[in-house]
Amino acid sequence: MTSLNPSAQQRPSGAAASDLAIELVGINKHFGPVHANRDIHLQIKRGTVHGIVGENGAGKSTLMSILYGFYTAESGEIRVNGTPQAITDSRHALKLGIGMVHQHFMLVDNFTVLENVVLGAEDSSLLAPTLTKARAQLKRLATDYGLTVDPDAVIENLSVGQQQRVEILKALYRGAETLILDEPTGVLTPNEADQLFEVIRTLRDEGKTVILITHKLREIMAITDEVSVMRQGAMVKTLETKSTSPGELAELMVGRRVLLRVEKGPANPGKIMLDVENLVVTDDFKVERVKNVSFSVRAGEIVGIAGVAGNGQSELLESISGMRDQQSGVVRLNGVPLSLEGDDGASRARAAGLAHVPEDRLRMGLITNFSEWENSILGYEGKYGKGLGLDIAAAREAADAYIKKFDIRPPNKDLKTANFSGGNQQKIVLAREMERNPDVLIVGQPTRGVDIGAIEFIHNQIIKMRDAGKAILLVSVELDEIRSLSDRILVLFDGQIVGEADPATADETELGLLMTGSHPSGDKLPPHETPVQQTLVEMSPKNNTGRDTN
Amino acid sequence: MRALPRWVDILLLPVLNVVLAFLVGGLIVLAVGQNPLQAVGIMLYGAFGYGSGFGYTLYYTTDFIFAGLAVSLAYHAGLFNIGPEGQAYIGGLGVILIGLALNGVSWMFVFPLMIICGAAFGAAWAFVPGYLQAKRGSHIVITTILFNFIAASLMSFLITRVLKPAGVNSDESAPLDALTRVPQLRSFIELFKNSPVNITFFLAIAALGFVYWLIWHTKFGYRVRALGHNPTAANYAGISNQKMIMIVMAMAGALAAMVAVNNVGGVQGRLILNFVNGAGFVGIAVAFMGRAHPVGVGLSALLFGVLYQGGQELAFQMPGITREMIVTLQALVILFTGAMGDMLRAPLARLFSAPAGGKQ
Amino acid sequence: MNLVDITLILDSTVRLAIPLILACLAGLFSERAGIVDIGLEGKLLASAFAAAAMSAVTGSAWAGLCAGIGAAFLFSAIHGLASINLKGNQTISGVALNFLAAGLTTFLGQSWFKRGGYTPQLSGDQRFSPITLPFANELKEVPVIGQIYWELISGHNIITYFAFLAVPITAWVLFRTRFGLRLRAVGENPKAIDTAGISVTALRYQALIITAVLVGIGGTYLSIAQSAGFNNNMSAGRGYIALAALIFAKWRPGPALLVCLMFGFLDAVQLRIQGVQFPIVGEVPVQFIQMLPYILTVILLAGFIGRAIAPKASGIPYTKER
Repeated sequence: MTSLNPSAQQRPSGAAASDLAIELVGINKHFGPVHANRDIHLQIKRGTVHGIVGENGAGKSTLMSILYGFYTAESGEIRVNGTPQAITDSRHALKLGIGMVHQHFMLVDNFTVLENVVLGAEDSSLLAPTLTKARAQLKRLATDYGLTVDPDAVIENLSVGQQQRVEILKALYRGAETLILDEPTGVLTPNEADQLFEVIRTLRDEGKTVILITHKLREIMAITDEVSVMRQGAMVKTLETKSTSPGELAELMVGRRVLLRVEKGPANPGKIMLDVENLVVTDDFKVERVKNVSFSVRAGEIVGIAGVAGNGQSELLESISGMRDQQSGVVRLNGVPLSLEGDDGASRARAAGLAHVPEDRLRMGLITNFSEWENSILGYEGKYGKGLGLDIAAAREAADAYIKKFDIRPPNKDLKTANFSGGNQQKIVLAREMERNPDVLIVGQPTRGVDIGAIEFIHNQIIKMRDAGKAILLVSVELDEIRSLSDRILVLFDGQIVGEADPATADETELGLLMTGSHPSGDKLPPHETPVQQTLVEMSPKNNTGRDTN
Repeated sequence: MRALPRWVDILLLPVLNVVLAFLVGGLIVLAVGQNPLQAVGIMLYGAFGYGSGFGYTLYYTTDFIFAGLAVSLAYHAGLFNIGPEGQAYIGGLGVILIGLALNGVSWMFVFPLMIICGAAFGAAWAFVPGYLQAKRGSHIVITTILFNFIAASLMSFLITRVLKPAGVNSDESAPLDALTRVPQLRSFIELFKNSPVNITFFLAIAALGFVYWLIWHTKFGYRVRALGHNPTAANYAGISNQKMIMIVMAMAGALAAMVAVNNVGGVQGRLILNFVNGAGFVGIAVAFMGRAHPVGVGLSALLFGVLYQGGQELAFQMPGITREMIVTLQALVILFTGAMGDMLRAPLARLFSAPAGGKQ
Repeated sequence: MNLVDITLILDSTVRLAIPLILACLAGLFSERAGIVDIGLEGKLLASAFAAAAMSAVTGSAWAGLCAGIGAAFLFSAIHGLASINLKGNQTISGVALNFLAAGLTTFLGQSWFKRGGYTPQLSGDQRFSPITLPFANELKEVPVIGQIYWELISGHNIITYFAFLAVPITAWVLFRTRFGLRLRAVGENPKAIDTAGISVTALRYQALIITAVLVGIGGTYLSIAQSAGFNNNMSAGRGYIALAALIFAKWRPGPALLVCLMFGFLDAVQLRIQGVQFPIVGEVPVQFIQMLPYILTVILLAGFIGRAIAPKASGIPYTKER
């Protein structure tokens, strides 16, 4: 995460109505029983960068999708440059000069940049003239905004940052005056994020209006002129960025002051339980993502792995837990090397006493079509019943016990797991993994997409496990979570462990620099403000499990 | 969307889909100027009205149960097995080989061996697409289709060039001895007259129970369903996707091969060209209509048994309607219960907008 | 084997490849747009029946062609309804269509013509007859070139020439036009199309319409150009072979033509080698040649000779995500 100087923006506020690029009046939208947008009013001034912040599921993306014509509002009015418009589809929005860069890119992977840029904006039924024109236009946009990218490159060969540029170019090619960026830095490396912010500034200086959707308050403070806060589908407040603080925004976002302080005593580390030596792991595309990593976790301690998402955490977790083959290296449990190769390695890891709370419960940890009790034995089904038969009665009994102990709601073991809230789904996974008395517990993103009440409960359970003498490896992209839970912090950057820190004494800034690959002693120190109530920042869950919020 | 009440989901919706398929079928019959109600009457008489008719109904039902289970079991693992036709055909090779090898030995000894041997051949044939899907990523739908054609050519070669005894004109293997053949039910039960239903029927009923137990009451079944619903989660749980795919496909092939025990071992007592005669494909309709549940598969296999036997009767009594109307009906059933199975879900959800089971 | 034998085999290669080419291109449009079309077989069969039936009744091959395309339209509409609107399983829908065609053609044929599922024999204007190309007669006696021109190039019916023309047209549409760009995009990432403000549904239906036209012509060829009437199950797996060819060609029009010709060639050879003794191997059982296209496709699919990667979104119904 990079810190940027907020003093760069000096934009007047309180402009007249004619200065408004976009005005939303009384927007309402439901998804089934969920009131995603309730009576939203919002004014966005032309030529500014306007931030929209809110927790996962607050309705930010829905609101912007309505503005972009991807969804239609049930009631309310959209005014573009002061004129009411009924935006029926995205094409219409584009015509009105509204462009959007989605969180997940809307690019065709095996098309060239040029083909992607013209897709849907072709001038005639033959392609050739459009392609010639677009090629010239791209050259111009590249010089105007510093958005250089090879027009003939195929998308799947480009980096994520370059793909994002293509998305921005797509919008600009279509004549966008207002550009909506939905969580644009989520997938970027810190360096790429810096470049993006440069582009955003240039766009604003050239008179474009930029709407930035994010849950990262640092970005809001760094780049926006005004900021609007959303909570549970409602617009809470719009503020001038320079007159607010991350603390105030965080409070508005969550509605009450939440301190992520976990009560825990000092650790009593025992013998080494999990030992990882020279681990090398590649991803699905054979790219090396974990590069010769070694570390160990002792009984009775929590080792936290800090890092920006996408630096090898997923591959590390999947490899230790036996889901992904390792290229080389050894993982020892209690001194015994685990044999994890093959696509059933996870069963051998489990048998050896390793439990795993995966980072994405919907994709890996749960079978949402199964009932609650069926999920409460996933991975442990072999222990229920002798021989071939499955001892259903015993499994259901266990489920009842977990429901009680972990306060899983509703307490209905026959309910389909898809029908539980994100927090309760996570509790189902935690109960299953923690209650089988493992020696080692590895936990990925334990509170992603989980409501605040459940976060506290989950944190306390993890501490309890530690105090019961288990070795715990915690991986989280929420630095604050790592700091409050861990007894030792290892920083993972680009697949390597680049530093170790003591959470009690670690300096936030130093950690941040390690996580972004800039060594503290190096000469490339980006500017940063004094940490303002850092415990409140960055605590909202990542957006990519969006479906499982209440 | 609100969840449907349970009984609507598992009972009303499938029944309505089937009714819809039959309504459309009825309209087609009407369109060619025939009376669909009269046709239904004739079919019911043909299927249940007299002993040998009923026997034929049960004979068809036997085939369809096996084929339906072969599709259903794979379906639970998330695999669409279009290959029971070929798997059953190849299974016939196993059945005839053991049968001819032990020709003259009592069926009581040979029957279990026919089951095992046929199952082994069917399993081996289905294992290959399973292997190719698991290890090489070839799509099971396409490979099982291709394997049906390969099986047809291969068996045609073997029957006409290898198994056909010298001096025989028709394309078929040497016959099994009466002692060795799987006995017809008519030898115990007078009622069935000259119908082909044989004791393989009881094997089919046992297979229904076995698959039910396997899917819902064993660890293996749990793993099959886990794989079918979420392969990544199965991997997380330590369930080998690759092994499961290969095992499930082999088991599906073994189930399909039981069609051969019924026909080669029982009805024909020899291996003839194209003895499967589409039963493998009927299995697809049976599986979708029965929602891949053995109870559903049993009932829909019976329904199709009624249709096929009743269709024979129909062809006699109403020359305006051929047996192919049954194939049409089979297509409509697949269409309405499989591809368009959720068409009525939204209207039903509006009708029964009960709060039960909604999002918490 | 002399030149005459070779030209004769090549000539029947062309004849046998035509329905494959048309069905394969039809499948190409559909699958490039993200809709798996297992139902090609059924569409071929239904069109063949409709064309023969209409031609028998009206006496016009062109009316037959319209009916053939119409039948394919109807089938495509069902497929579209199930897989685009109702977001059902495209494979299941395709399988259902194949059975529907198998059942309906025989059932209706019997009800209408009372000939056990056959349509009446067609002749004259009820069929598409061979066209003699300019100078073919004059050049007939010229060795080699004249022979090839007369035997191989001239003397086919209009559908044959259309099929060969359809290949470059398909390539041109796919890679040089706005429609083609969008079509390829909707099969790879329909969301990119949706966010660009283009209707995914409309685009996919357009693709299905083209599919229907092509496969409808292919079916028509079977019954009233290649044969003189419809008989039971006359598509005989050609729809599946076309599907295999499409995979083999990796969803590209040029290679599709070559693969279809190769499969057509195998078919032609198969008819000619029955009972022929070859040196060393002796007689090659015809069944082995019959299975060759399927075995080759299995080997390709298994990745032993290159990789066939389908359009990314094919088979997946498009739903706007919540």
